[in-house]
Amino acid sequence: MKEMMVILLSTILVNNYMLARIMGTCPFIGVSNQFETATGMAAAVIFVMSLASAVTWLVQNYLLNPLNLGFLQTVAFILVIAALVQLIEMIILKMSPSLYRGLGIYLPLITTNCAVLGVAVINIRDGYNFIEAVFSGTGGGIGFALVLIAMAALREKLNTAPVAKSFKGFPLTLIITAQMAMAFLGFSGFNLEKLFGL
Amino acid sequence: MSALNEFKKGLWAESPVFVLLLGMCPTMATSTTVMNGLGMGIAATFVLLGSNLFVSLLRKVIPDKIRIPCFIVVIATFVTIVDLMMSAYLPDLHKVLGVFVPLIVVNCIILARAEAFAYKNNVLNSVMDGLGMGIGFTLALIILATIREPIATGRILNAPDFGFGGLALFPAKFAAGLISQPVGGFMTLGFVLAAINGLANRKKMRQDAACGCPAPKEV
Repeated sequence: MKEMMVILLSTILVNNYMLARIMGTCPFIGVSNQFETATGMAAAVIFVMSLASAVTWLVQNYLLNPLNLGFLQTVAFILVIAALVQLIEMIILKMSPSLYRGLGIYLPLITTNCAVLGVAVINIRDGYNFIEAVFSGTGGGIGFALVLIAMAALREKLNTAPVAKSFKGFPLTLIITAQMAMAFLGFSGFNLEKLFGL
Repeated sequence: MSALNEFKKGLWAESPVFVLLLGMCPTMATSTTVMNGLGMGIAATFVLLGSNLFVSLLRKVIPDKIRIPCFIVVIATFVTIVDLMMSAYLPDLHKVLGVFVPLIVVNCIILARAEAFAYKNNVLNSVMDGLGMGIGFTLALIILATIREPIATGRILNAPDFGFGGLALFPAKFAAGLISQPVGGFMTLGFVLAAINGLANRKKMRQDAACGCPAPKEV
């Protein structure tokens, strides 16, 4: 269990997908201008990233590896993710229309979120087992959600601030993201193994 | 002459990174050195060219309802080709770009051009559009990398794959390594975009000289 906590904390804080690996910038910039949409997107990302980690791990280890089709990884993963997102969308629509209204519009966007494909590829590359892969996916999702919601809260305040014309919008958002990334660099000094006594 | 215009628009007027604001993740993650930026740019250009060509060729065959999965399969095939070629011939570059090579699949530029352009236009125009957009993307990466590489390492054009150590501009002890980290990526792109906005604003202001508003702050 301690190993799982280390993986979870390291993907949330130390190797944050957005700030330390630069994955998922497009949805990050795209939906962080409103707090409510950002929380909806954040929930959808956590959900899809943990599920995609589980499914792609199974595909790699029970389909591609036994058949020696490792070179099809990219094609297989992106199709699995696209199909998974569609499936989740349909299930949510049937099960809970109110949740669909909250998450629905963000789900198709997630297919092109690099963090989802990124976490699937990184799980395989780092040789995680199934449970570790799921924890790494969930941690990645939570880390992304954390940064997205923090950014949305900042940008709501920023809308009323007097800002130099050239920096308005996109450039300033990037520069603030840089400062957040710098703050998160502090977490890389954390020795997580020692913290949990491993 | 319209094919030439399709080529030219991607270079600057509709630059995918600076104007359309697409494909931010690879732009910031791989522009650490000029060589990495160039490698990423060429890989993406190849994929963009191939996907635009095939999407345009197949545009009458692909059913409208499942076009996005079809585009993704075409794109993923070309990405696999690039991935395998690069790991065979440029192993050092492949190691540095790492997970960002398979991630070309989800680079928004490529899907956006397939959807917005190649699916609606003939083969020649689509190929020219793909080439222009690809070179525009490469150009943006090189611009960011020429700013970041010297600040981070004190040298420029470092290319381990070709056994070239780069040109030393100033001693490495003065270098700010942080700029080659993601922090530097966000910051450099932010300031470059602000500079481009500033130049555009100033041009506009010069055009309508009657405007008495103060000049925008320069970077």
